Amino acid sequence: MTALLALLRRDIQVALRVGGGALIGVLFFLIVVVLMPFAVGPDLALLKKLGPAILWLGALLASLLTLDRLFAADHDDGSLDLLTMSRTPLELICLTKAIAHWLVAGLPLIVATPILGLLLNLDGDATVAVALTLLAGTPALTFTGMIGAALAVALRRGGLLLAVLVLPLSIPVLIFGVAASNAAVLEPAGFGAPLSILCALSLAGLVIGPLAAAASLRHGLD
Amino acid sequence: MTLIDLANPTRFLSLTAKILPWLAAATAILLAIGLYQSAMAPDDYQQGATVKIMFIHVPNAWLSMFVWGVMSLSALGTLVWRHPLADVSAKAAAPIGAAFTFLALVTGSLWGRPMWGTYWEWDARLTSVLILFLMYLGLIALWRAVEDPSRAARAAAVLTLVGAINIPIIKFSVDWWNTLHQPASVLRMGGSTLDKAFLIPLLVMAVAFSLLFITLHLAAMRNEILRRRVRALQMQQASQPRA
Repeated sequence: MTALLALLRRDIQVALRVGGGALIGVLFFLIVVVLMPFAVGPDLALLKKLGPAILWLGALLASLLTLDRLFAADHDDGSLDLLTMSRTPLELICLTKAIAHWLVAGLPLIVATPILGLLLNLDGDATVAVALTLLAGTPALTFTGMIGAALAVALRRGGLLLAVLVLPLSIPVLIFGVAASNAAVLEPAGFGAPLSILCALSLAGLVIGPLAAAASLRHGLD
Repeated sequence: MTLIDLANPTRFLSLTAKILPWLAAATAILLAIGLYQSAMAPDDYQQGATVKIMFIHVPNAWLSMFVWGVMSLSALGTLVWRHPLADVSAKAAAPIGAAFTFLALVTGSLWGRPMWGTYWEWDARLTSVLILFLMYLGLIALWRAVEDPSRAARAAAVLTLVGAINIPIIKFSVDWWNTLHQPASVLRMGGSTLDKAFLIPLLVMAVAFSLLFITLHLAAMRNEILRRRVRALQMQQASQPRA
């Protein structure tokens, strides 16, 4: 347990320091959202309608882009080998790394959502709803993405391959995330069910992600 | 004869060389019978002649899920039992499965145009099959991205097992969500809702397509084994100093 806590602290510190690049994800999120009005035109009514979808898509892409930092840096400096050889189960190590990654890359996206909601002409309720769905759904993105990151580091291939492998797995999260956000705007009664499914997806990812990532790390790094 | 006996690629090659002609012949005969029966099947009172698309569409859709099942078993074979032919089987199955999925999507879309009035609808069944198709393509991309087959095999095995979660979602999507695609009508509790005139040709076609898959799969596995042998020989030759 102390080893895992130390790992959590270390990962967060490394990510926040110079060269960690944790906040680049938020910057990317901001730029993607700002690009959208240029693409669809500055029609405020339309943006209000598309807002939840734009925010979700931006968060999905931003969390995808930060994923390759999850294992790659540790693999480059050799600390990943030490982690694989340690007595702590690799599954728990993967889980801890995923949590640390979500804290530095996923949580800032949610914090930035209200500001971006203003840019997209979302009202208060809708913004809160989107932030809530992101809070429930982004852990699922991190956990499924971790599988792709582990495969990419084991195969020494990153970039597009990782995106191609991870994006199909993240489609259910996107569907229910946008469904819940839209329900909050249109019919508040329909908000609970998709939100519960999002939470379920995150919990399922919590179990499957670390197992699959540890398996591919163990088989890949020989 | 057990799976272990097949671990020797040479034995596998000689066995499949004997079986394959028979399998291919059986596939051709059954396909001919199935196609004849499908052509002779009566027109539906609502759908007219377009109902005959079903005899191609449904077997393809079944096979698209069945092939992922075969790949998942092969993935277990790779990760758990380290069966030497398991990754050959998984690699050979992926393009075939992608082809079946693609055909299921295309025939479904051609059938949907006259019946539903649209080529594509973002319905749960259609979307989940499209995701399956994308995952097949991602898997093929993964196989092609890594040169060392055994390294690629283990990564692909993990991804195949993770992707297997999609299979029950596809199967039950029509029951869980109220969608445009009709619910299960052949394999369901309380018997099939299909009339015998349609059910029998459909089942013949399903068996014929399954045999087609087995034939293509075994042939592709043979090719893959031979391709690996060629690669091994080339590498051996390249490592030898010129005399």
